[in-house]
Amino acid sequence: MLRKTLLVFVLGVLITPVLFAQVYLTRNGTIRFFSEASLENIEATNRQVSSALNIENGEFVFRLPMRSFAFEKALMQEHFNDNFVESHKYPNASFEGEIHGFREADLLSGEEIEVMVEGELTIKDVTKGITERGTLRMEDGDILGSAVFVIKPEEYNIRIPTRYVRNIASEIEVFVDVRLSDKL
Amino acid sequence: MNIFLSHVLAGLCLLLSAPLAAQDLMGMLEQDEEEQPEYAVNTFFTTRVINGQSIENPYPGDLIFIISHHFGRLNQGAYELWGLDQATIRLGLEYGVSDRLAVSVGRSSYEKTFDGFIKYKLLRQQSGVRNVPVALSLFSGAYLKSLKWPEGSDFEFRHRMSYVQQAMIARQFSRQVSLQLTPAWVHHNLVPTTDDPADYFVLGMGGRWRFSDWAGISLEYFYRFQEPESYDTYNSFAVGVDLDTGGHVFQLHFTNSQPMFESGFLSDTRGDFLDGDIYFGFHITRTFTLR
Repeated sequence: MLRKTLLVFVLGVLITPVLFAQVYLTRNGTIRFFSEASLENIEATNRQVSSALNIENGEFVFRLPMRSFAFEKALMQEHFNDNFVESHKYPNASFEGEIHGFREADLLSGEEIEVMVEGELTIKDVTKGITERGTLRMEDGDILGSAVFVIKPEEYNIRIPTRYVRNIASEIEVFVDVRLSDKL
Repeated sequence: MNIFLSHVLAGLCLLLSAPLAAQDLMGMLEQDEEEQPEYAVNTFFTTRVINGQSIENPYPGDLIFIISHHFGRLNQGAYELWGLDQATIRLGLEYGVSDRLAVSVGRSSYEKTFDGFIKYKLLRQQSGVRNVPVALSLFSGAYLKSLKWPEGSDFEFRHRMSYVQQAMIARQFSRQVSLQLTPAWVHHNLVPTTDDPADYFVLGMGGRWRFSDWAGISLEYFYRFQEPESYDTYNSFAVGVDLDTGGHVFQLHFTNSQPMFESGFLSDTRGDFLDGDIYFGFHITRTFTLR
């Protein structure tokens, strides 16, 4: 009998995460950034953002390979990776945190809901706490999440030589768009 | 008792599993993550080590404009302002057709030479999905000397041509150190006397030490296995500084080669570096994105 109970226990531990953790996930989310400076505007898009949301507890993470930012100019992409974010040393950026202020029931209504995203953003091994506004909406069983926020490269140890002052902004706008699906 | 135990355990299940799932969210993203090829970038700052070609190509759709300039010899003294009164120039355009193929045309004031070449990246140094320790590029160039023939000579058009075939084998050992070997074959359709070889085999060695993100020091030496009999020539040598400013690359150098095209400096370097036949020169490389 004790053995049977143990079996239930072990199975329980193994199965419950699958049964109860309501995880929505994507491998091809989008993060785009935009820099507006007096000489030029620079934009880059990364379509290989992995992201996951646990709708039980609001835990939310994303992770992206820095090399996958596509720029309009290839030379810019080279300098971005080689000189600024040093992708050979720090190949990924990530965020770990949670989304506050939503209930599963709100989501199921299909309405767009405003949420707060709070957690730690890591770029170039520098981790900073951030709290930003975002939205969630359910569509065809998927959760669409988006957020816009601003980061300062210097806070993440991204040194931009002074001669680029007119080319690269000191504040970069970041746009996150993910379509999370529960099909794992 | 047992029923009580199983309830307790069932409760524990729920307690344990919740944090398990939470901790694993990032782990879920990391597992089955697609590995990406990691190509060596910036093995050299631009398409030249100094005088010679590097394994680098313009990116597809990029047009590179190169202005190359060699002043006169330093050992001419103050009257010639140590060579600054004179100049040899080459203007060149290079275009990235694909991520492997580049084409170029150029014109040098030295013997009024037109040149054209194609350069193909056969292997790219990479790690990750595949491990390729070196980059290998192939180069084929043709050179047309358009200087007028002496009055009354009976040379034909084909006598104006020279050709260079070469391979560039490079390895980026670290972000700081890149080395390149460049075996080359030079063919001249016309040589000064019958004692002089029409074909030269040359082994080039070049390297870059990148001492900061935006700057480096380069060295280059081309050893020839043949030498002409009727006049003095030397192996080409160059040392220089590379400065990358983003859109421009400035290369400042000292060399014993006056010509800046391959058939010229590989087999027809007239300067004796040790005797002060040193040309100060620079390349300015500007990249334009066309598509």
